[in-house]
Amino acid sequence: MEMVHLKINNIPVEAPKGTKIIEAAKLIGIDIPHLCYHPDQRVKARCRLCSVQVAGKKKLLASCSTEVWEGMEVFTDTQVVRDAQVGILQLIMADHGGNCLTCSRNGTCELQALCTRFNVLDPHLPNVNKKRQAVNTNPSIVRDPSKCIKCGRCIRACKDVQGIEAITFANRSDKIIVTTPFDIPMEKTDCTLCGQCSLVCPTGAIVEKDDTQLVLDALQDPEKHVVVQIAPSVRVSIGDAFGLEPGAIVTGQMVTALKMLGFDKVFDTNFGADLTIMEEGAEFIHRVQNGGVLPMMTSCSPGWINFIEKHYPELLPHLSSAKSPMSMFGAIAKTYYPKITGVPVDKIFTVSVMPCTAKKFEASRPEMGRDGRQDVDAVLTSRELIKLIKYVGLNLKNLPESDFDSPLGTSTGAAAIFGKTGGVMEAALRTVYEKLTGNDLPELEYKPVSLDKPASYPQLNQVRPNVREASFELGGRTFRIAVVHTLLAARLMMEKVKNGTANYDFIEIMACPGGCIGGGGQPIGTTNAKRDERIKALEKIDKDLPLHKSHENPDIQKLYKDYLGEPLGEMAHKLLHTHYRKVCLMYEFH
Amino acid sequence: MQTEAKQAFSISDELANQIDQVLAAHDHDATQIVGILLEVQDLIPQQYVPEAVAFYIAEKLPIKVSIIYDCLTFYSSLSDKPRAKYPVEICRSVVCRVNDSDSLLDTLKKILNIEVGEVTYDGRFMIEEVPCFGACDVAPAIRINGKVYGHLDTPEKVRSVLSSLM
Amino acid sequence: MSSEVRFITKNFGKYNPDSIDSYISIGGFSALKKAVKMDGEDIASVIAAAKVKGRGGAAYDMGRKWSQARAVKGEHKLVICNADEGETCTFKDRELIKNDPFNLIEGMIIGAYTVQARDGYIYMREEYRHLRPRLLSAIKQAEEKGFLGDNILGVKGFNFRLHLYSGAGAYVCGEGTALIRSIEGKAGRPRMKPPFIKVSGAFALPTCINNVESFSIVPHLLLDDSNVYTNCGNGESIGTKLVSVGGNVRKPGVYEVPFGTTVREIIFGLAEGIPGGRRLRLVQFGGASGKVSDERILDTPYTYDDLKAAGVDVGTGSLLVIDDRTSVIDFLRYTQAFFSHESCGQCTPCREGNLHMKLLLDKLAAGEAHPCDIEKMKKIANIMTLTSLCGLGEAAQNALLSAMKIFPEVFAVGGAH
Repeated sequence: MEMVHLKINNIPVEAPKGTKIIEAAKLIGIDIPHLCYHPDQRVKARCRLCSVQVAGKKKLLASCSTEVWEGMEVFTDTQVVRDAQVGILQLIMADHGGNCLTCSRNGTCELQALCTRFNVLDPHLPNVNKKRQAVNTNPSIVRDPSKCIKCGRCIRACKDVQGIEAITFANRSDKIIVTTPFDIPMEKTDCTLCGQCSLVCPTGAIVEKDDTQLVLDALQDPEKHVVVQIAPSVRVSIGDAFGLEPGAIVTGQMVTALKMLGFDKVFDTNFGADLTIMEEGAEFIHRVQNGGVLPMMTSCSPGWINFIEKHYPELLPHLSSAKSPMSMFGAIAKTYYPKITGVPVDKIFTVSVMPCTAKKFEASRPEMGRDGRQDVDAVLTSRELIKLIKYVGLNLKNLPESDFDSPLGTSTGAAAIFGKTGGVMEAALRTVYEKLTGNDLPELEYKPVSLDKPASYPQLNQVRPNVREASFELGGRTFRIAVVHTLLAARLMMEKVKNGTANYDFIEIMACPGGCIGGGGQPIGTTNAKRDERIKALEKIDKDLPLHKSHENPDIQKLYKDYLGEPLGEMAHKLLHTHYRKVCLMYEFH
Repeated sequence: MQTEAKQAFSISDELANQIDQVLAAHDHDATQIVGILLEVQDLIPQQYVPEAVAFYIAEKLPIKVSIIYDCLTFYSSLSDKPRAKYPVEICRSVVCRVNDSDSLLDTLKKILNIEVGEVTYDGRFMIEEVPCFGACDVAPAIRINGKVYGHLDTPEKVRSVLSSLM
Repeated sequence: MSSEVRFITKNFGKYNPDSIDSYISIGGFSALKKAVKMDGEDIASVIAAAKVKGRGGAAYDMGRKWSQARAVKGEHKLVICNADEGETCTFKDRELIKNDPFNLIEGMIIGAYTVQARDGYIYMREEYRHLRPRLLSAIKQAEEKGFLGDNILGVKGFNFRLHLYSGAGAYVCGEGTALIRSIEGKAGRPRMKPPFIKVSGAFALPTCINNVESFSIVPHLLLDDSNVYTNCGNGESIGTKLVSVGGNVRKPGVYEVPFGTTVREIIFGLAEGIPGGRRLRLVQFGGASGKVSDERILDTPYTYDDLKAAGVDVGTGSLLVIDDRTSVIDFLRYTQAFFSHESCGQCTPCREGNLHMKLLLDKLAAGEAHPCDIEKMKKIANIMTLTSLCGLGEAAQNALLSAMKIFPEVFAVGGAH
């Protein structure tokens, strides 16, 4: 690797050729202020806050877009640079609506942090904010254009990561805005509510719909029996917000916090995940043995479900009819749980903590309930859980560990890895393989697959393909499987399925990069580097658990014996399976 | 309110046919979207690209509708909102202003009895302020559907331009 | 007083601009025929020797640009003609396209030959849509005659096609990277450089962009055996220049003047001065993004160096003349309103800065400004110049900053203005 030598504030720095100034500065511990820059995104160079002085240059240079060169002399802290930084922050603040105290990003807002850092208390300019109304039309995501600083990170996430392009810049000059085409409500656009936009927004302009008050009210209601389930990925992500290392495993501390918050029972979505494998695995075997539609595709990721219902409805028969772990858990919590505990179902309030904004929508689907009741009453994102924990004055760092409650708190390592890309596939195959052969699944060797840009989507910008494939032998037949994450990759894969070149039997698809550990509801500051740490942590949890196959979970076995009967049986079908429908787009031309 | 106006527009077979021809003339090349939108806008009596038409073009090209919307709102010559049969564009840049385009604007408002951005009740005229359209040698000037009318320094001249369109 | 030179405009009125045969009858395409017998590097040298500078505003050495573009490696290269003439009071390119479209096309074909480009684009502003049919027809006729297409003039492998793209009312698309985005079918928001256009321009292909006037000079220059062009002007400012004169003058229009003509000769000679016995308030040079001066500039020779020394620039070659009916502040407000309307809005200093500048100028005009408001203006202007993403934000306050120097009394808050 060719190295370049430069000086930043007179300190010698050596960096690989191609490094941007902002990254070179990080090497010596200097955090150049920035808003549009994001380590996982293409360069935008819009906010100009990262402008620095470079010897020999009349203008300041944007450190996010300028590559270092041999002999370069950079100054990040001269009077000219400070004046520009403060001046730009003042310009932004003069066009900022809302109030930090009432903003859901208070404390996690990058703009707020920079204003604190540079002591920008008063912009000394008239406020020119257009005071546009917040848009709150769906159960998942709220947009507040008055807080938008036009950095374009959300647009890049939607386009480059997901390939959706539901949001765009519109207008120009001071009227520029990030919006949907024709200001159509987000859920009616190509949007899948995945929330990746809300994960990268530096301010409170795109946030999850906040349901913390709903949960707090339920906790205070003496009539309510409040149970909570936590998704597999949350236990390795929320440590971030309490100053722990990325990927810190905080399962026990998190359970303690939830108990201290006042939940009557703290259960585990991982129980639901083991249940999902029982059904999905059985469904796969059934499809293979009875000439069913293949490849079968996983159905856990609600962003992915929204995507296929909107964009590839003709492929819906490929989807496993098994509900997601959250919804399976919800169904059990509103049927089996009251039966075994005697708690009246009307008193049960189920909360789920998810890494995901689209789960809020999933919980609101009419098919996810019965007798006029939804199975999941409230969905909190990881971010909202962090808020609740901080609300009661707790810090995970200082808490002892506790165990999940029984019986819906028992799980295997197969469930733990649901939170990472490839995990559902691995978990399903562990069970399927053993059911059919009596042996352990051999280690699968995945190879990355690069998919072509389909001719029908010339605009698609393929940045990360995010597709792997593997194969294994079973009963004299070769099974081919594929694991896909991000909706951009999912679209490419669907094109392949459509044109008959996807020679797979089983495909796992997760809407978010890295799977749920990179979900749109995860803590602010989630980056690809942190995603990798979280994946390692989930693999460690799997390794450390005594059981690694879902069908070995004793409480799952008991649930089938006492209540559900057989996987795919009548009761299981009623409670644990669902159906999908084509979502009609706003305009359809023939 | 806006959704009512949106839904009011439906694409007739004739218009769909005309749009198809525009797309074909551009080889269904999405990079030519700006030119395509300009031509399609000319097909619509109110000189704009309705939402339904944008979605139609998006599906036929194909191109993301968000790109179309970005273009429609970014470029001044394109509109996503209904205009008029004759949008009267008055240059408000400095060259016309120092040649008293203020009086020209007043005259237009008086004759048409509308303000800037408004459409006459019959949908024929509207007044739009635009920056320089390169007719500085005949300032003060207006432009209607691509045609420049210059030296409009008396109400009589303005009247005569407008009546020539009737 | 002074008279024009007819060099770049020598074909005006001499032929029917809708007929290629008419163009050929006056010697059209003989420059191209000469060019294809030359080495591309030699063509660039001819231009460099005549010290031709780009006529779009940045005044970059054109011979050097072509030579660099030629040196860039690439199977598929492009030339683009920037006909998005958006600077206020600039309408010379309009006249060139209207009166001499084939000469422009010939200039572009020579450019393609020189830099070895396969495709060419003319990006013309929507406001000139009335000239579209003429250009489209000219391109078609040139294709039919074999001046565009494959193996042009029998030169094996010299393949070049020309496409006409329309802008849609966005001043910022005159900026190279914005223009390219617009050609690619996107909203014309500039992008950061690098990558530089010459290496990665439209569709990520090596691209050479020149202004209409720049391309139009080339055919004439190649045939200028009697050195008419190089005998004009002096020093770094050789040849002739099209100037657009407008505002408060008796005879606004486009004039071709030899470099070295005084500003007075242009305004009071060719454009016949200010009507109604009124006095000159100010002149803005080179479009909305240009700097201003007052009567002190009248006897300055119109050359790159002399104007620069006098605090202004040639820019697009426009001279906006404003008489004493318009105040300096009102002029600045109109100019600022233009930039507030035309900023693409993506970078903070330009988007927000232009807006606040407008508000501060309104405050000044209303007599409500405090000394700190003048300081704020200077501060914001400085930030815009230093940190804006593209040239628009960098140049938007040129008029203001130059006016602060020329008319300090206007900004002496509390004093008479």
